[in-house]
Amino acid sequence: MDAVTKKQLQIKACTVRMGVIEGVFNAKSGHPGGSLSVADILTYLYFDHMNVDPKNPKDENRDRFVLSKGHTAPALYAVLANKGFFPVSEIKNLRKPGAMLQGHPSMNRTPGVDMSTGSLGQGISTAVGMALAGKLDKKDYRVYTVLGDGEIEEGQVWEAAMFAAAKGLDNLCAVVDNNNLQIDGSIAEVNSPYPIPEKFSAFGWNVIEIYGHSFDEIDAAFKAAAEFKGKPTAIIAKTVKGKGVSFMEDQCSWHGTAPNAEQYEQAMNELKAQLAELEA
Amino acid sequence: MADVIKTATREAYGKALVELGEKDESLIVMDADLAAATKTGMFKKAFPERFFDAGIAECNMVGVAAGLATTGHTVFASSFAMFLAGRAFEQVRNTIGYPHLNVKLGATHAGISVGEDGASHQCCEDIALMRTIPGMTIINPADDVEARAAVFAAAEYEGPVYLRFGRLAVPRFNDPDTYEFEIGKGIELAEGSDVTIVATGLMVNEAMIAKDMLKEEGISARVINIHTIKPIDKEIILKAAEETGAIVTAEEHSIIGGLGSAVTEVVCEGKPVPVVRVGVEDKFGGSGPAVEMLKIYGLCASNIVEKAKKAVSMK
Repeated sequence: MDAVTKKQLQIKACTVRMGVIEGVFNAKSGHPGGSLSVADILTYLYFDHMNVDPKNPKDENRDRFVLSKGHTAPALYAVLANKGFFPVSEIKNLRKPGAMLQGHPSMNRTPGVDMSTGSLGQGISTAVGMALAGKLDKKDYRVYTVLGDGEIEEGQVWEAAMFAAAKGLDNLCAVVDNNNLQIDGSIAEVNSPYPIPEKFSAFGWNVIEIYGHSFDEIDAAFKAAAEFKGKPTAIIAKTVKGKGVSFMEDQCSWHGTAPNAEQYEQAMNELKAQLAELEA
Repeated sequence: MADVIKTATREAYGKALVELGEKDESLIVMDADLAAATKTGMFKKAFPERFFDAGIAECNMVGVAAGLATTGHTVFASSFAMFLAGRAFEQVRNTIGYPHLNVKLGATHAGISVGEDGASHQCCEDIALMRTIPGMTIINPADDVEARAAVFAAAEYEGPVYLRFGRLAVPRFNDPDTYEFEIGKGIELAEGSDVTIVATGLMVNEAMIAKDMLKEEGISARVINIHTIKPIDKEIILKAAEETGAIVTAEEHSIIGGLGSAVTEVVCEGKPVPVVRVGVEDKFGGSGPAVEMLKIYGLCASNIVEKAKKAVSMK
């Protein structure tokens, strides 16, 4: 990845993180930790990789994205808003009665959301269905889905993984946002899904391991996934929960808690400083 | 009486899918390792490239069906009622119901008439479960003629539909040449003035037998076939409540949450009259030949007669 593109993505990701904090703060609820851990990957997908058009969000030839870890909707919304699917001002209405931006993604309410998700383990199955349709209809689009590392404790994930491999869905790419924390503690303590790469390999997937905050590694992984034929690809991305906001980083308590006014100021100041540094 | 044709509604389902597949090239059928039993195997044989077996993984099948539907395909996904409405309830609710996707759930082996396999496979809760999902249409055909028509109507309709079919061969009483099906429209099969039997599925035929038995005792019973349990035909039910003053419901399903509950809700809020329910009375099923099991659980004309008399006495 060239330096200019990388810089642009870093700036965009910082803006997305500010959108996450803005949304969750105004909603007084939501999930900042996992939204911040997945922000770089989502930014890359929508601003550099996927074939999507905000002016034609239902284009039948578009690439599809399913946020299987639906609780990190604030990150998806911030990405979609910054991409132009809807006004950035909607972010402040997150989780409000009648809002376009529901607590978890709703495909019939929000332009650019390809699938309603929120109940863990189910999004990946729908992504598999989209990929299967792509093969059947001989379309070139690709399908992306992001799972939480805690989410893969759900048995349905492995039903979907088995089926996707059995059908040779190489147009499907699933990312595991491996931030190592779930609500009740570290994923290893709660009900360890480790080792994750070996599990996907055993289910017949092509597996790539990356650091999920390096745009160079993210870029290389998604390009390699697109080239790989015969199997779906799983990108296991090591990430930091709460990434970008010092006091939220690697803290289980920030899984589903909104910042208060003081914390909001501090988080925004930190992100503004990061943005200023990137833009300098 | 001429020989009665007996066919399982699941058989009609399989045949209708093949007919539909010929008309609509984008139609996709899925199953979860029960294609021979659900009869989707007929579609598999005719259109193997458009049939996908999810294996024994109903929850994933429901999600895959939803994903396929987002790309414009009409998808029929099948399994036994127990595993589709029961096991995969939350997947149906969240990935099909909530986004209101165009997936048709073809649930076979519903009710006690599964027979020998016993309680673990006899789903008497599916209508109750599906009824709670906003926007879900529920159709429970009474014979093979109605089942075929229901499958066609479901395919035509844009949105989620739960189709309920049985394992047991049941008598055909509808005329395939004149039968007309409309989603949400109940059918008055017999006029009557003392009591109305509102029935669904294989209990419709029992209701017709019960009507004749009641006539011999001087009770004039109206018979209404409610093939669509949701949205329910309020008009035909309230008219019956008004004109006959007593109602008996009959279904091969728990008396909790199914047709009996749906009719009671309509009657209580519109025209309160006595409603007595015939169905599985808050019990699990058991093993035995289907026809015997239906009798043991009171899913028969004689029990409808008894309950009809009770309803009349409560007027």
